[in-house]
Amino acid sequence: MISAIFMTTMPAITVNNLTKKFNNFAAVDGISFAVEERECFGLLGPNGAGKTTTINILATLLPLTAGSATVAGFDVCKQKNQVRQSIGIVFQEPALDSRLTGRENLEFHAMMYGIDRLTRQKRIKALLELVELSEKADVLVRNYSGGMKRRLEIARGLIHRPRVLFLDEPTLGLDSQTRRLIWNYIKRLNKESDVTIILTTHYMEEADDFCDRIAIIDHGKIVTMDTPANLKAALGPQASLEDVFIKYTGNTIRNIEEREKIW
Amino acid sequence: MVELLAIYVLWKREIIKLFREKERIIGSVAMPLMFLTFLGFGFSQASLPGVKAGISYIVFLVPGMIGMNMLFGSMFSGISVLWDKEFGFLKEIMVAPVSRISIALGRIAGGATTGIIQGLLLFGLSFFFGFGFSESFSLSRIIAGIILMLVFMVLIAISFLSVGLSFASNMRDAQGFELIINFVMFPLFFLSGAVSPITNLPPWLQFLAYLNPLTYGVDGLRRSLIGSSMFSLQFDLFICLAAAIALTSLAAFFFDRSSSV
Repeated sequence: MISAIFMTTMPAITVNNLTKKFNNFAAVDGISFAVEERECFGLLGPNGAGKTTTINILATLLPLTAGSATVAGFDVCKQKNQVRQSIGIVFQEPALDSRLTGRENLEFHAMMYGIDRLTRQKRIKALLELVELSEKADVLVRNYSGGMKRRLEIARGLIHRPRVLFLDEPTLGLDSQTRRLIWNYIKRLNKESDVTIILTTHYMEEADDFCDRIAIIDHGKIVTMDTPANLKAALGPQASLEDVFIKYTGNTIRNIEEREKIW
Repeated sequence: MVELLAIYVLWKREIIKLFREKERIIGSVAMPLMFLTFLGFGFSQASLPGVKAGISYIVFLVPGMIGMNMLFGSMFSGISVLWDKEFGFLKEIMVAPVSRISIALGRIAGGATTGIIQGLLLFGLSFFFGFGFSESFSLSRIIAGIILMLVFMVLIAISFLSVGLSFASNMRDAQGFELIINFVMFPLFFLSGAVSPITNLPPWLQFLAYLNPLTYGVDGLRRSLIGSSMFSLQFDLFICLAAAIALTSLAAFFFDRSSSV
């Protein structure tokens, strides 16, 4: 009973001094943060900042070098299977079997998560409707467009009702219409179910609109973390999230400008 | 239960794709059929020492070609892991709450089924190349022989699927895998007695052949189909089973350690 109460008040994700080294290069360098249940948490940062590495560690796909992390109350090193049960993930690059149909991809996923046939059929039908792919469900995925693949992957990430959903650049390379559509699903999801969302994106307006809190990481370290409103307010009344992002991560560009001034 | 369902769906995925790409079945028997044609007809009049009198070369060759077909198909199917890695699908598999051993077993089950379908096709076609059961075989001996052939086919497939999976787990890309696999596969093939009796080899090569699990697989296939073999049926079965278990464990170990991202 006590543990049950404890569970519901526990953060969905805790990360303590997480470090990941590839040879001697620290891709993630001692970051710490916590994500509350039902929160939508954004990880922003330039390419190579360590966002995807962090997500891969939290999703049990990469071992960590130092520190610790829990997802849904489970340790990502010692309780991999429980973590895997609790999470859904949409990877940065498509991770579909293109020689299977959309429905077969969803079936495969549902069976890997041990979902029985009846529940499987019900959920797949409902999710296909949600992402508007019911009519294309029996077409081979190799004939899908980029946006259709993305929508299918989001549907797939939800079949097993994860408590935590990772979205690694869910709208990368999609047109504005599809991006809007996908953000609408995500927003509805976050409102209507208890799922905690942790996402990365390069589109600042999207992060601004949808994230409750944002962490900006650069060179494997968290440089700032707060609500989008607070981050912008700290910079001035007219500041956009893009300004905040450039302020914290724009060093390289500024250095070049300074050098040009000297010349 | 969850693990069994996962093994089943991994198996099912392979089978769906196999029947969607039937050219894969045809392609896999092309090489052994070529061997049957050129070696079989080329040496049809030759008498090889080590081949029992009264057994024609083509009859001697067919079990060897079935063994070859199982070896090549199984070793190469390790490449599917690397394609999955390349297309990102391996991450989808590896992030599922399923033990790595079940994932390896699901792949092996799918590959073994594919191999057996291909092997049976080759066996059927071999009758057009002059293969036939000995006239001394009763119907029940023929049926028993075919069942035993299936057992040996399964064991050979499992062993070399495991070898392929072990290599694939330790490699990054498909090109490198093909190179290495060719380098490993041909010695295994030539040192198995598939095309000529190993007793004709010099002693040091014979020694290597005795270390090759495929030698016992091919010998077992010959015992099943033509009733002539170097070792007893029990011995062949025992070695093939032991090799299958040992190599599957090795594959599960390497697969568990491999990285999916």
